[in-house]
Amino acid sequence: MESNKNFVLGVFDDEDVLLHAVSKVKDKGIKIHEVYSPFPVHGLDEALGYKKTRLPIAAFLFGMTGTSLALIMQIWMLGYDWPMIIGGKNFVSLPPFIPVTFELTVLLSALGMVATFMIVSDMKPYKWPQQFDLRSTDDKHIMAIDLATNKMSKQDIGAVLKDSGAQEVNDKNF
Amino acid sequence: MVAEEKYEFKPEAKKKIAILGAVGIVLFILGVFMAMNSGSGHGEEHASVQSLTNLVASNDQGAAAEGHEATAEEHHGSPVWLKRVYTSLWQNNVFFTGLGIIGLFFVAIQYASQAGWSVPVKRIPLAMGHWIPISGVLMLVLWFVVKADVFHWTHHDLYVEGAGYDAILDGKSGYFFWPLEAGGFPLFFVLRMVIFFALWYLFFIWIKKEMLAEDVNGGTAHWTKARSLSAVFLVIFAVSSSIAAWDWVMSIDTHWFSTMMGWYVFASWWVTGLALITLVAAYLKEAGLLKAMNANHLHDLGKFVFAFSIFWTYIWFSQFLLIYYANIPEETVYFVTRINNSPYGWIFYTNIILNFVLPFLLLMTRDAKRHISMLKVVCPIVIVGHWFDFYNMVTPGVMQKDGSLGFIEIGLAMVFMAAFLFVMLNALSKAPLVAKNHPMMEEALNHHI
Repeated sequence: MESNKNFVLGVFDDEDVLLHAVSKVKDKGIKIHEVYSPFPVHGLDEALGYKKTRLPIAAFLFGMTGTSLALIMQIWMLGYDWPMIIGGKNFVSLPPFIPVTFELTVLLSALGMVATFMIVSDMKPYKWPQQFDLRSTDDKHIMAIDLATNKMSKQDIGAVLKDSGAQEVNDKNF
Repeated sequence: MVAEEKYEFKPEAKKKIAILGAVGIVLFILGVFMAMNSGSGHGEEHASVQSLTNLVASNDQGAAAEGHEATAEEHHGSPVWLKRVYTSLWQNNVFFTGLGIIGLFFVAIQYASQAGWSVPVKRIPLAMGHWIPISGVLMLVLWFVVKADVFHWTHHDLYVEGAGYDAILDGKSGYFFWPLEAGGFPLFFVLRMVIFFALWYLFFIWIKKEMLAEDVNGGTAHWTKARSLSAVFLVIFAVSSSIAAWDWVMSIDTHWFSTMMGWYVFASWWVTGLALITLVAAYLKEAGLLKAMNANHLHDLGKFVFAFSIFWTYIWFSQFLLIYYANIPEETVYFVTRINNSPYGWIFYTNIILNFVLPFLLLMTRDAKRHISMLKVVCPIVIVGHWFDFYNMVTPGVMQKDGSLGFIEIGLAMVFMAAFLFVMLNALSKAPLVAKNHPMMEEALNHHI
């Protein structure tokens, strides 16, 4: 696939340097495409100005779906489709339905969250990930800057990165 | 490190607490007068007939299968208003004992799990622990005052051949009266009570000593010692809190038993204690204190309240569902008295709304747990809700159909709350508000979630 995407990569060794570099680079008016790190860096999401995730809303909605599905299923099955006397209780009685309802709520919210996350992050089978630098899975933090969204030249951006503590500045084209 | 902070127990705060206590006393006296006057019309006869029918009713559902005959004539008991006072005193003392002991339990958990995040707030639960000796003395004194009315099993005639003989209770008598004769002085029961409070207080003093010595000496030696003490205490607490729940709460409904009761009482105590810690931390933060604490620590406290509200519900439901499904009369009697009897039905459902539905929905989002304004709404709901929970555990078993929730109960709860807050805030003002040389202070300052 020939889509001309050109990136400048800053390679950082230390997460503290990286955190300061993020704000320095942003102060210069450079838009950061993404930062890849081998472990979660506390404060990085705030420094990058990420919007709060809306995943919990999805979780709540999936959970509610599970709750109502479970209740509808049990009420229909045990109350109308095949009524059975269990322990002398009413056909439709809430307490015995709670465990199944709980389980389905948890199941659907968990599966739904995973599915939502994968769809939003564009993770699917046979999808080959765009690897900027394999060392971001080992011991380096990689700051990727998309040249298309920035007016500054490649050299200027590289200089800013170097200035803010990057060990290396590399190019990457997809 | 952090600047030294000291909580000052200001006269205004003392005045507010005094007003709370005074209003409580006024309400209590008013309630007693009202109850005495309303009861006088029917007189003794009404009360005894009432209690007779109640016993018959409960035995019909409960122990009738065992061939137990209801015989209540010999239990005259106190007038209804006095029984209400006794029941309420006992319920409040068990409830606030829990708040005290949970303070120590929280501290012990933090040490045993080597938690760093909680360092800025750890002095709040420690201050709560100062209630332990007071509640211990109260519990012992109260027990001798209220035993004839609150604890059915203390009556002597249940254990001797005759009209009042109760085979079921006689079978359980060793648990109360060992090594003495059944129906006499319940030595085992009273001994347990004394030993539990003594052990709790002892560990409280030891752990507190290490925490305060650390302020002066620094180093990690005190922390290590407090950790070992906490580990031992947790083992003791696991056993003692469970037995305390059977003794002080479950033995009121003497014929009834539930293997969940130890957990149930603990869960209720624990989430109330967490809510109180969170609430006090929120108030101190608003007063400009606890500078080391930020939204991240509040978030953790809020998660605690949220999680253990659900835990309590889980325990509540586990107890309810099994009894509901098995449908054995000697077990269902507990819920029958609590749901079908007119004064308790609404409390039974209010209990679930206050302790599960509201905290669950209100604290669900991340923002709710991080903001003082929402925590200040939810924590009082949880505290009041679990007071209802203890009302629901204690009162129906004693009062049967005579029970009510009026000025007596509310007044006494306010008096207890005022006394507890006074002891706690007074203790909080005596020691530095934040540990000075805690080895994990740095971790707590950088806590980020």
